[in-house]
Amino acid sequence: MTTTPRWRALTHHHLFWPVAVLVILLLVNVPFTPDFFAIKMTDGHLYGSLVSIVLFGSPLILVAVGMTLVIATGGIDLSVGAVVAITGALTCSYISDQADQSALSGVFLALGIGLAAAIVCGLWNGFLVARMGIQPIIATLIIMVAGRGVAQLITDGQIITVNSEPYKLIGGGYWLTLPFSIFIVAAVVAVTVAITRRTALGLLVESVGGNAEASRLVGIRSMRIKIMVYVFCALCAGIAGLMISSNTSAADGNNAGLWIELDAILAVVIGGTSLLGGRFSIGGTVVGALVIQTLTTTIYTIGVPTQTNLVFKAAVVIIVCLMQSPKFRAKVFGAKFGGKRAAVPAPAETAPAAEASPKMEVS
Amino acid sequence: MLNRRNFLTAAVGVAAAGGLAACAKEDEGGSSSSDGNGGGKKITLGFAQVGSESGWRTANTKSVKAAAKDAGYTLKFSDAQQKQENQISAIRSYIAQKVNVIAFSPVVVTGWDAVLKEAKTAKIPVILTDRSIETSDDSLYVSFIGSDFTDEGRRAGKMLETVLEKAGHKGAVKIAQLEGTTGAAPALERAKGFKEIMDADHKDDWKIVVSQTGDFTRAGGKQVMAAFLQSNPDINVLYAHNDDMALGAIQSIEAAGKKAGKDILIISVDGVKDGFVAMSEGKINGIVECNPLLGPQLMELVKKVNDGETVERRIKTKEGDFLQEQAKDALPTRKY
Repeated sequence: MTTTPRWRALTHHHLFWPVAVLVILLLVNVPFTPDFFAIKMTDGHLYGSLVSIVLFGSPLILVAVGMTLVIATGGIDLSVGAVVAITGALTCSYISDQADQSALSGVFLALGIGLAAAIVCGLWNGFLVARMGIQPIIATLIIMVAGRGVAQLITDGQIITVNSEPYKLIGGGYWLTLPFSIFIVAAVVAVTVAITRRTALGLLVESVGGNAEASRLVGIRSMRIKIMVYVFCALCAGIAGLMISSNTSAADGNNAGLWIELDAILAVVIGGTSLLGGRFSIGGTVVGALVIQTLTTTIYTIGVPTQTNLVFKAAVVIIVCLMQSPKFRAKVFGAKFGGKRAAVPAPAETAPAAEASPKMEVS
Repeated sequence: MLNRRNFLTAAVGVAAAGGLAACAKEDEGGSSSSDGNGGGKKITLGFAQVGSESGWRTANTKSVKAAAKDAGYTLKFSDAQQKQENQISAIRSYIAQKVNVIAFSPVVVTGWDAVLKEAKTAKIPVILTDRSIETSDDSLYVSFIGSDFTDEGRRAGKMLETVLEKAGHKGAVKIAQLEGTTGAAPALERAKGFKEIMDADHKDDWKIVVSQTGDFTRAGGKQVMAAFLQSNPDINVLYAHNDDMALGAIQSIEAAGKKAGKDILIISVDGVKDGFVAMSEGKINGIVECNPLLGPQLMELVKKVNDGETVERRIKTKEGDFLQEQAKDALPTRKY
């Protein structure tokens, strides 16, 4: 490696470690599933492990993207799993009451009802956090606990099965040979990145997260920003809820989105967003969510015994978090890989070539 | 719409309860059926349900509630939402309320000794329904009513023999197993019973190539099956511990361009309505029924226990096995 400064810049990029972990996890699968990366055409759509990972990971990516903005303001939203369940339950129960379940008008109305419910949940969270000044973890706990009950009330405790082709498209269908959910995720991520990075909004969100009071004093309406991110988060969770229920063509008030809030928070953290707020990375979150989904798939493919699933998952997550800690890297691999982030903006040319003797074996 | 229906049911329930109370006070006029028990004290039953994780469970809950009402018992019902700690606190509150009999479907197999000892000290008999527990002290419960999951596993094994024969299958049988929630009795015992048959009669020709938990849910079954089909494309039999996981798995099998029920033979346990629909479409080859409608049998047992009669320690619910030919006929009779 002669391009030492470039390598250095690469390892210090905020996406380097999440992406490295993702690649390693994907490679782990190869000995167990030799054609893991193979993608073939089946029944007019692409089929393969990678497609499955993106398909099953789509809801998590959406929820995690919404969660990222909430966390950027220094908050947290525990209610997303319940919002997933409520949205799916409302939408499916409306569709199942229709005479013609495949009628587009009925499906669109059902989607509207489901997403409206999600927005109401978001407004409620935002109201409690921003207006009433309740700790986000407590404020969102309310819907986390109560929301699942509401979802079960809507479905009458049953699993509601729907037979609607247009609805199935959202989370289980294919378009242009790709899972349709990929397009939804791409659209949501693109819009989010555009409005947070192409406008000042992202900066405002970060400044509210950095110091809400100071932001207010310089003229940022921090209350509004906070309410907005909670509504956005709930909306993302709502779309994820549509996907999850559409994927199996059934609304399961009890299990849909169960524990997804924890996976989403984990995805955000793996992606390099600080839980303290004030800084966020949408790209990192997307990679983080893919890491989690890949980990789940890996557990299934390499045949980890069911009893040790969670231990295995925990071990990987611990390793991932440690790898991301500059202090840990400095201790274990020496200063080269653990270099302070603050040093990155310094002109790369001045980095002594001797010090940066390349070491490719990043374990 | 369902929302409103629920609300109405609840309202009617409240009204009915009020009406009954009024009847009991007035004591004259129309003799309602609940007056039949008038002589003795009304039995109070505390029932701690696992949760409402599936259609099966909802049917089970409805059956218990309806049977308690028909028998004229006061039913105190709680839903543990799949958490053992919730169930333990529900049982504690029943003990504090001094109910006559406690019945519950344990979320997991172990960890019940402490709370059941409290019940025993309070002299409240405990009946297990649907799922069993592991305990060092057998006197902690009087009876266990429900399906025999190990036997269901064996029945599934026997059923697979029939299904393979009918499909004219030749060569190795490569089985994928979708397990239930890790640590839950139905998951452990359905796996055990199936393995018994396999080890006894098919040591050489059957093999479970992959086995993983799908948490008894459709989403779980779908996701796990998708991964199975990638890592072991030569799977030709699926044994799912419940219908919901089988239904999810069918979607993954179809996405992989294979035919469920033909390329991959499917055996599942439970017998919920959607399972029978899939079987009548030829996508599931056989279902081992696990009957949730044990309410009436349970109430009979509660009465005996409350009267101090000795009861059998193990009472089985009435169940059947269904193959594709019977699916269409049986479909209209499925209540859940």
